[in-house]
Amino acid sequence: MPKINMVQAINLALSQEMEKDDSVVVLGEDVGVDGGVFRVTDGLIDRFGPERVIDTPLAESGIAGFSIGMALYGLKPVCEMQFSGFSYFAMHQMESHAARLRWRSGGRFSVPMVLRAPYGGGVRALEHHSESREAYWAHTPGLKTVIPSSPRNARALLVSAIRDPDPVIFYEPKALYRAFREDVPDEEETLPIGKSQIVREGKDVTLISYGASMRPVLEAASELSARHGIEAEVIDLLTVSPMDDELFTGSARKTGRVVVVHEAPRSFGPGAEIVARLVEKSFLFLEAPVRRVTGFDIVIPLYQRETEYLPGPERILKAVRETLDF
Amino acid sequence: MQPSKEKLLEMLRTMLLTRCFEDKLMELCQIPGKVPGMMILCTGQEAVASGVCAALEQDDVIIPNHRSHGHLLAKGADPGEVMAECFGKITGCNKGKSGTLHIAVPEVNALCTTTVVGGGIPIAAGTAFAQKYTSRKSITVCFFGDGAADEGSFHEALNLASLWDLPVIFVCENNLYAGAQRHEEHTRIRDIADRAAAYAMPGEVVDGNDAGAVYAATVRARERALAGLGPTLIECKTYRCRGHGESDHQVYQPREEIEAWKEKCPLPRLRGEMLAQGLMTHEELDRLEEEIRKTVEEAVRFAEESPYPDVAEAFTDVYV
Ligand SMILES: Cc1ncc(C[n+]2csc(CCOP(=O)(O)OP(=O)(O)O)c2C)c(N)n1
Repeated sequence: MPKINMVQAINLALSQEMEKDDSVVVLGEDVGVDGGVFRVTDGLIDRFGPERVIDTPLAESGIAGFSIGMALYGLKPVCEMQFSGFSYFAMHQMESHAARLRWRSGGRFSVPMVLRAPYGGGVRALEHHSESREAYWAHTPGLKTVIPSSPRNARALLVSAIRDPDPVIFYEPKALYRAFREDVPDEEETLPIGKSQIVREGKDVTLISYGASMRPVLEAASELSARHGIEAEVIDLLTVSPMDDELFTGSARKTGRVVVVHEAPRSFGPGAEIVARLVEKSFLFLEAPVRRVTGFDIVIPLYQRETEYLPGPERILKAVRETLDF
Repeated sequence: MQPSKEKLLEMLRTMLLTRCFEDKLMELCQIPGKVPGMMILCTGQEAVASGVCAALEQDDVIIPNHRSHGHLLAKGADPGEVMAECFGKITGCNKGKSGTLHIAVPEVNALCTTTVVGGGIPIAAGTAFAQKYTSRKSITVCFFGDGAADEGSFHEALNLASLWDLPVIFVCENNLYAGAQRHEEHTRIRDIADRAAAYAMPGEVVDGNDAGAVYAATVRARERALAGLGPTLIECKTYRCRGHGESDHQVYQPREEIEAWKEKCPLPRLRGEMLAQGLMTHEELDRLEEEIRKTVEEAVRFAEESPYPDVAEAFTDVYV
């Protein structure tokens, strides 16, 4: 199996699905000739031509609406927003139409499209280029919000997203684009949307996270084990919405202690929903208040304070300590 | 209206200042950890900002886009504070919170610099409405690129502004590229100014590398706006002599094209014209350039010596 990074893994998912299925098309600003701001769509135009790898003008609302139309008439568009922070022009189309058409048509049809966007901090860029506002999408019934955390699961999830009959928001942690490589099989591989995974087993405390924050979470878990003999069970959500609460509420029943980690702002963030479900489904098993380690309720600050903003291993370890010492 | 000698000098000064300021920024952002990246520079386009702003008064509002350093400096923002903001320092115009892309300078009525392409166009119509509503003798100018004219917000804003005769000038800086896309790759229309017809407003194509022509067009549009006759769309044809940002190496811009446009650089052009017409001597020019170099050096020193904001500062200014 070749070792590849997340950019290459996403590119692999796109090219294999395009190869397999003529109805898959890729569109967005500079995704064709230029190969995308982060080079995710590099080379696709050479292989599949400009009819299927479409450079669009600057028009996010148009790109989303256009994709919806394509999807309504049998295509499977995968559109790209250059940065998640520039997707808000597209929000009205996604929220008002993509998310609602299955419902409105009484289940007679749906909108099989994917909206891809790099999200999150870690590249020392300003505001819209670094933010993590997945809750906007996750809050919208009818949209699925998927956030991978490694090259291998990014590839497998994107394939599933493209084949999914419903609209999927696919947020790519740009901090992980080139952060590490992983064995990714050339053969087809999918992962179910709407299912989370235990990526490390443990009995003492449950850590729940997704996306770019999985790295500091796993770092903290290794440290807990190596230094303190504390075994953390780590859960990677993979899909933020619809949320798979079976796995994490089950884990909480076992460990009784939970820390939730994400870089999105704290209030009304995905962590708030996770905590609510823990309370609903595993309240009597909790030994300590659930802790959240998150971004703050501010605009993501400039690079010189970014490391303080993003949840790092230190903050996660502190929260784990607090739940264990409670 | 032809610019007076004073106006020509003012334009030359702000163009030189912008060029010197941005050259310095480009240099600094190559040094790891010095200045955050995302340096979106207007090299080659300085005559647009300088020509437009020379025709404006203090009370006039500007709504810049992401390529904003020239707009801000030409409108009179303090170079030291702008530099400090680019560094993310507490002494910057916005306490190091906005960074290079979103600088707001209320003292000079630069009210909303936005990196959301097309995002500022309706906002400019809104400030123009407020100016009309309060019977101020002032107008708004919105700067945006050719790419921004493809966003839906462009249509909505121009329609509103025209419908309500708002005192606003839409200045499209057509630098031939939007990201890596050439003009003809993202729109069929040759002159974006032609779109004005769809909104029943005047649309004018101007040589964006001719500061005097930009100035004259802005004066006309401003008079029209103040007379209650509504908005104007001015398209300034110019060229982005650098990549989109500091890490864009212009692979998609043909070498010969870049070289040809460098020949048309607005700075030597205005400088040459002023010398030829005897509006300034070589000595005066040298003095001016020296003074600007000093101003920029001073701005960099100020930015470098200023502290970063405290962590606690991050939690202020979210709400009242
Ligand atoms: C809504 C939105 N989409 C995408 C981007 C990313 N982006 C930043 S500048 C730019 C090109 C803008 O082109 P143009 O409006 O012509 O201005 P120029 O950069 O040429 O000055 C793009 C695509 C953005 N900032 N905002």
